[in-house]
Amino acid sequence: MEQNIKVIQTGELLSHAVSLNHEGYRLVAISATAKEGIELTYSFDKEYDFINLRLEIDADTEVDSISPLYSYAFLYENEIKELFGAKIRNITLDFNNQLYRIPIETPFAKKEEKA
Amino acid sequence: MSERTVIPFGPQHPVLPEPIHLDLVLEDETVVEAIPQIGYIHRGLEKLVEKKDFQQYTYVAERICGICSFMHGMGYCMSIESIMDVKIPDRADYLRTIWAELSRMHSHLLWLGLLADAFGFESLFMHSWRLRERVLDIFEETTGGRVIFSVCDIGGVRKDISSETLKKINESMDIIEKELTELTAVFFKDSSVKYRTKGVGVLSKQLAHDLGAVGPMAKASGLPFDMRTQGYAAYKYLKFEPIIDTDGDSYARTTVRIKEIFQSIDLIRQAISLIPEGEIKTKVVGNPNGEYFTRVEQPRGEVIYYAKANGTKFLDRVRVRTPTFANVPALLETLKGCSLADVPILILTIDPCISCTER
Repeated sequence: MEQNIKVIQTGELLSHAVSLNHEGYRLVAISATAKEGIELTYSFDKEYDFINLRLEIDADTEVDSISPLYSYAFLYENEIKELFGAKIRNITLDFNNQLYRIPIETPFAKKEEKA
Repeated sequence: MSERTVIPFGPQHPVLPEPIHLDLVLEDETVVEAIPQIGYIHRGLEKLVEKKDFQQYTYVAERICGICSFMHGMGYCMSIESIMDVKIPDRADYLRTIWAELSRMHSHLLWLGLLADAFGFESLFMHSWRLRERVLDIFEETTGGRVIFSVCDIGGVRKDISSETLKKINESMDIIEKELTELTAVFFKDSSVKYRTKGVGVLSKQLAHDLGAVGPMAKASGLPFDMRTQGYAAYKYLKFEPIIDTDGDSYARTTVRIKEIFQSIDLIRQAISLIPEGEIKTKVVGNPNGEYFTRVEQPRGEVIYYAKANGTKFLDRVRVRTPTFANVPALLETLKGCSLADVPILILTIDPCISCTER
């Protein structure tokens, strides 16, 4: 399967999402990877055409929510906010880090010691 | 406007095999809004990839779900194989396809039983699960396990199925098909089943698309999304079309799943007739370095496996987007306007797997 990953800047996210939304792409996942900051990957699909937008942000960078465009993004965004500590603003339904209610703060933000 | 009442639903409820909570906002008996709450069983299995090496993690991936455990293992292995550019033997592709379709059959039969149980049709529930036992017997004979099989491995599969056993599986398909025809006639024709499902929880094609629905939830609303058509494993050699319906209601979702069981029987027969002789595993040398998104059609819909490797034996990240996670927004939409009494049926019709969702 073709892996189409496009690196974009934080400020470009909404304009890209608007374009994809107008072209009929569905949001199929938002993924995060903890690095020195956080790597966010927004995955979209239209009839099996799979496109990924990638943001590399530091922990303090605020990212706009795409939930006003893709209403169901709220679940992905709440998950990433709670597990990785990503600062995502204007989520349409914001659980305020209480989606999973994990007692450890941002448990996925730091790497574990190897076994 | 009637006075609004909020009724908590779950996390413990007779129809829920796993915990999810909904705050149901009602006007009289009609639901006007549903606000979900999960987080009762979050296990952090994705995080475990930092402590288990990439070979060991296959066993963790299989434990994400007790119903589609095989396909979780397969999705993970496919991601690592793609990163490492490993071509698995054709026979392994066919064996994976056979076990994947058996998994779909047992998942849908389990779901049919749960649906029947939810509207009080106990004998139908028992017959569905009795038939499911036949599928579990095949798993036990071919893998040694009934729930977790541990047969999928990076580079292929760990166990072969002899031609004698494949012949027996073919014969079992004949028996299952006959019994399934009798069983599902009740779902198709019985007035009480229709009364509880027809016209209940309609999800339009447009909404299914706009809310990112997957699997039978999307197919029942007319969206022909089925990742098997993209030709992973042995599906590229098999003839099939995605099963869709257009009514978008609970009955359509039931119909799609029933037809998918018959389709799985057909796919298994095709796979058995075409499976080549040969090796079942390619030797994998070294560590993965790179990233890959794999998309697999599980019984509940598309699952996305993302793996990111750094050249060591420990991966940087495994991320699993499960079908139930994708279907929750569509569920919330179908609940709007439904009767309180229909809420359990509607929750069941997305075939929720909260263990998968919370990983």
